[in-house]
Amino acid sequence: MNRLKDFLGKKPSDILSVYFTAGFPSLNDTTEIIKSLQNENADIIEIGIPFSDPMADGPVIQESNERAIKNGMNLDMLFDQLSKIRDDITIPLVIMSYFNPVFKYGVDHFCRKCNNSGISGLIIPDLPFEEYSEKYLRMYKENDLCYIPLITDKTNDERIKMLSDAADGFLYIVSSSIITGGKTDVGVNREYYSHIRELVPQKPFLIGFGIQDSTAFSNACRNADGAIVGTAFIRALTQNEGDVCKKTKKFVKDIRGK
Amino acid sequence: MKQENKKNKYEPDARGFYGDFGGAFIPEMLQHNIDELLNSYRLIINDTSFREEYELLLSDYAGRPSPLYYAKRLSERYGTCIYLKREDLNHTGSHKINNALGQVLLAERMGKKRIIAETGAGQHGVATATVCALRGLECIVYMGACDVARQAPNVARMEMLGAKVVPVNSGNKTLKDATNEAIRDWIAHPADTYYVIGSVVGPHPYPEMVAMFQSVISEEIKAQLLQKTGRDYPDAVIACVGGGSNAAGAFVNYIDNDKVRLYGAEGGGKGADTSLTAATMAVGTTGILHGSMILLMQDKYGQITEPYSISAGLDYPGVGPLHSHLHRTGRAEYMPVNDDEALAAALLTTRLEGIIPALESAHALALLERIRFNPDEIVVVNLSGRGDKDMETYLQK
Repeated sequence: MNRLKDFLGKKPSDILSVYFTAGFPSLNDTTEIIKSLQNENADIIEIGIPFSDPMADGPVIQESNERAIKNGMNLDMLFDQLSKIRDDITIPLVIMSYFNPVFKYGVDHFCRKCNNSGISGLIIPDLPFEEYSEKYLRMYKENDLCYIPLITDKTNDERIKMLSDAADGFLYIVSSSIITGGKTDVGVNREYYSHIRELVPQKPFLIGFGIQDSTAFSNACRNADGAIVGTAFIRALTQNEGDVCKKTKKFVKDIRGK
Repeated sequence: MKQENKKNKYEPDARGFYGDFGGAFIPEMLQHNIDELLNSYRLIINDTSFREEYELLLSDYAGRPSPLYYAKRLSERYGTCIYLKREDLNHTGSHKINNALGQVLLAERMGKKRIIAETGAGQHGVATATVCALRGLECIVYMGACDVARQAPNVARMEMLGAKVVPVNSGNKTLKDATNEAIRDWIAHPADTYYVIGSVVGPHPYPEMVAMFQSVISEEIKAQLLQKTGRDYPDAVIACVGGGSNAAGAFVNYIDNDKVRLYGAEGGGKGADTSLTAATMAVGTTGILHGSMILLMQDKYGQITEPYSISAGLDYPGVGPLHSHLHRTGRAEYMPVNDDEALAAALLTTRLEGIIPALESAHALALLERIRFNPDEIVVVNLSGRGDKDMETYLQK
């Protein structure tokens, strides 16, 4: 059973996918944050594997990565933490990681551990499609993991179709040419999103990068099936008052604008 | 010997793989930039007008060909025939100008107005800033905040040349972090920006392209050796290896000639068996950094470990895919050279030949102590840069 496929099969709208860095702010916050996000009705949780060199990320996520590594987070630790909450979690979990930690761990081994831990899909931005399809597709399939590709406004139509065909979860639409944490005006790119909708009408897609507040979130939802929020949540975990549960609660309420 | 148009067996395949290493491990945000670069690169390498313009600048502006100098007193000392390839005599003081000229000319032809670069010791930053001044282009150089502090003269040079030097405060504030920041800039400015990578690292086609622009080094060695010795190849070539661009340039025309032994000197730091080292070949494992599969210094979980070398130019946690492949196949031999060995070699070369080498190049010279050569053998050491920038370090020791 793949919870992400089940969820997307119900054709949901206004999907809120929340990214956070595993092991941040404290090593053991991972499980609390996942439980809180589920309690507050986030739809999908994107667990970030901290990496020493996150080349597509802005300063906020860079710092969270650095801190999480210092806290002692690593893949064995994460899978151990996930095993403890396995029975409590019912919403889809996906992992976002740069390729090196996964490669070093062993892609096959990693995919099996993901399957055992209730992970539904993988976002690995620097694993190119050609490498994935030649070497790793089998491992994804054997472990019932969705391939979630990134698409930008520079991705040509042929490539969008190819990536969409390979994608068995959703498409991750990068809002504009920025690293994470930049500012984006979703309204500006309306044609780009409607073009993707026309090209691959059946495929759910979420907009990510630069979704900072409830206005950006609701704009994204008007143009797509939902949005991915990362930097804003990491910032909330750093700045909001109270424990991670309270911070998460306030954040989800704020971003949904309700 | 290699025929002119025959592909040598160490060239990368269509996707930029040298054996197991290389490729383009890039996020989709860079795919368009890389496709555009690859197409433009393929066009210019066969373009006569490009080659003419590039070669004219190499000779009249950069001062090429650089001399191949018979180092008589070093030869006597080591009991063999030693030639120094004098890349230190190039404009801006190192081999970096060969690549900066090539890539900035390419950027111009692609219509790019904004040039970005990363730099460690500052040699590549200075070379790029120099060519940008020459061509009237905007230049932004990312440099780790630590390196900005310890390489002040090169920062001043870049600024006088009109470049904007951006100190990078992420990670350990050195070359690796400067490279991350340059990549982020490139992601954020895909339309007008060209990223000049300084070494044979990064996603395909950078390693191949930088090696091509540096291949002038071994092209010249061939012609110069032929003239001086009647034979166009030496018995051995020695070069230092950080990312590996000067070594790639010195090796590339000899890779297919099995009679030529190839030696690379890595930054051993305090010793390859200590944590203070940049000896990637000695301690690294396969991984992905800056868009390429390479040998890499990393921990059990794939976090990149911080390198250390007395030489800022060798202070990089990876080594380019060509060298990773030459190491794995055994075609080239790489040895860590420790800080103290490099310092001793620098002093010896200074006193015997009146040449103050860059700290990086001193690592290559130090291999003369380690490797035994016969009296009738010919050894070429690539003297990749001059030591002006390292005076503070030399005077402290």
